[in-house]
Amino acid sequence: MPEQMQPQQNSRETLSFYLVGAIFLVVMPLLNVLPSEESWLHLSDFRLNQFGKFLCFAILALGLDLTWGYCGVLSMGQGVFFGFGAYCMGMYLALQIGKESVYGSDLPDFMVWTQVKELPLFWYPFKSFWGGILGAILVPVIFATIFGFLAFRSRIKGVYFAIITQALAFAAWLVFNRNETRLGGTNGLTDFKQVLGYRLSDPSTQLGLYILTVLALIASYLLCRWIVASRAGKVLIAIRDSESRVTFSGYTPWVYKLFVFVVAAGLAGLAGMLYVPQVGIITPAQIGVLPSLEVVIWVAVGGRGTLIGAILGAVVVNFGRSVLTNYFPEAWPFILGGLFVVVVTMFPDGLVGIIRKLFSGGPPAAGVAMPKPQAQGGR
Amino acid sequence: MSAEGLILNCENVVVDYDGFKALNNCNFSVHYNELRVVIGPNGAGKTTLLDCICGKTKPSSGKIAFGNNIELVGKNAEDITKLGVGRKFQAPSVYGNLTVWQNLDLSLKRASKGVFPTLMGKSTPAERDRINETMDTIGLTQDAHSRAGSLSHGQKQWLEIGMVILQDPSLLLVDEPVAGMSDKETEQTGRLLNSLAEKHAIVVIEHDMDFVRQIARVVTVLAEGTVICEGTVEHVQADQHVREIYLGRAKVAH
Repeated sequence: MPEQMQPQQNSRETLSFYLVGAIFLVVMPLLNVLPSEESWLHLSDFRLNQFGKFLCFAILALGLDLTWGYCGVLSMGQGVFFGFGAYCMGMYLALQIGKESVYGSDLPDFMVWTQVKELPLFWYPFKSFWGGILGAILVPVIFATIFGFLAFRSRIKGVYFAIITQALAFAAWLVFNRNETRLGGTNGLTDFKQVLGYRLSDPSTQLGLYILTVLALIASYLLCRWIVASRAGKVLIAIRDSESRVTFSGYTPWVYKLFVFVVAAGLAGLAGMLYVPQVGIITPAQIGVLPSLEVVIWVAVGGRGTLIGAILGAVVVNFGRSVLTNYFPEAWPFILGGLFVVVVTMFPDGLVGIIRKLFSGGPPAAGVAMPKPQAQGGR
Repeated sequence: MSAEGLILNCENVVVDYDGFKALNNCNFSVHYNELRVVIGPNGAGKTTLLDCICGKTKPSSGKIAFGNNIELVGKNAEDITKLGVGRKFQAPSVYGNLTVWQNLDLSLKRASKGVFPTLMGKSTPAERDRINETMDTIGLTQDAHSRAGSLSHGQKQWLEIGMVILQDPSLLLVDEPVAGMSDKETEQTGRLLNSLAEKHAIVVIEHDMDFVRQIARVVTVLAEGTVICEGTVEHVQADQHVREIYLGRAKVAH
């Protein structure tokens, strides 16, 4: 089959996908539930919850990998779309607190202390669960459609697009910080109690959320993989490598860029939506310039243009952070920055590239076709 | 007004780069199924002319009528490509990280090149046969699954010609197809272009006069943005004006 290029590489990627999927979906929850708490095999609720958070980041990274790794569009504002998703879910959860709140009011606490007497109109849709879920996906998608349309239509590309998205992240951070935005200002939304009647403090709820996150990650991965394997995926690579040439093959590049940008925004929203109930708080600090930049680092470290690399990068960097900040809290920003510099200059294919080299001296990144395959007769 | 039998008619095309007129009232027309060679000294405006036709450069003034009197000026490159103008660039520009097959598959003319049809689309057997046929024509069947970036210079040139063929253009614009090719490759390319001319109108820009003699029927000489002479190779070479500005220099250079 001509469309089934790179058979060897595909099967390898499939294998690593099954392996990673099995570890996260089956092994880790079992290690949490089965062994007794004293056993060295036991995975604590805390660790499992932490991995749930990392896997949310992995979904976020997948989206950026699609736009940056495959299509060459570097967005430094993914944190904004993540934030939209997280706040939508957060608003739903905040309204579920009800009379359990500190002031015993139906309104979220921050509204009581900022003297808001009535629920602002834009909060109403989030009284319902589906309002929260749909909002978490649709708000980033609609926003990205409008923003992307304006930017890509005007042929804004490369570093200019990166700068504009970074400005977007900064602007969003400023807006979310204001009390007048009615989203809790710098304190954000927190102190959530329950979702659909399940207590968030209950370990079994958290286990459920963790499994939901793994399933969402698998679905996101399969979606991205389907896009990348399709002919449209090849158009994305063509745009990355030679945008002006693509127009002479009859494609309109900006429409494709808009498409991946919107898909990435939707994934970011999904990630944010799953993040909030597991972490229990969303503040503007999670959506500004720095968190948006970190996504870029995860993808670069894991390996641009390989979907599994985005997942790997997000999990490894964040796990590394949680371990290393215990020992050297002050040094972490330097470690992260140093890691980025080393990877970009010495290992452009990231962790996946290193692993491939170690195991096979094999083919380059998946966005990249194999150099010289075995002789093929006919086709 | 486009005359009968013309696939392309450029009238008074001007491209003005801040006072420098890359094309200066250029009039140029091509018949259906004609293979036309455009020659001229460096900076004569040959590539600019092709850029205007395929929508890469917007002329400051003038008209470009294509086929059944369709005005090309003001249309963007994608739309002009869809109308049936194919462009092969001077430096071979193929998608280096895609395979030969994928390069051809992307270029193949299809009803829609929008995101969703492209996302869902699978090649039909007929389309695959066409791609295989084209790979045969350009001699890259053995390299179907090689990365285009790993091909030799000549193979890249051929791949790009193949990509243009698969777009089913009624007009092919070919910019210096044999630059950097060996003599044998040059000759093969000449044969390929001649066989293509049976079904397509082709405009070739070329410097290599031996190659021009191999393929040319009618030659157009451009200098300083205007057509100064048009005719058979012999006619053009006999023209005093052309000798002065172009062949004279070429002779010195040889």
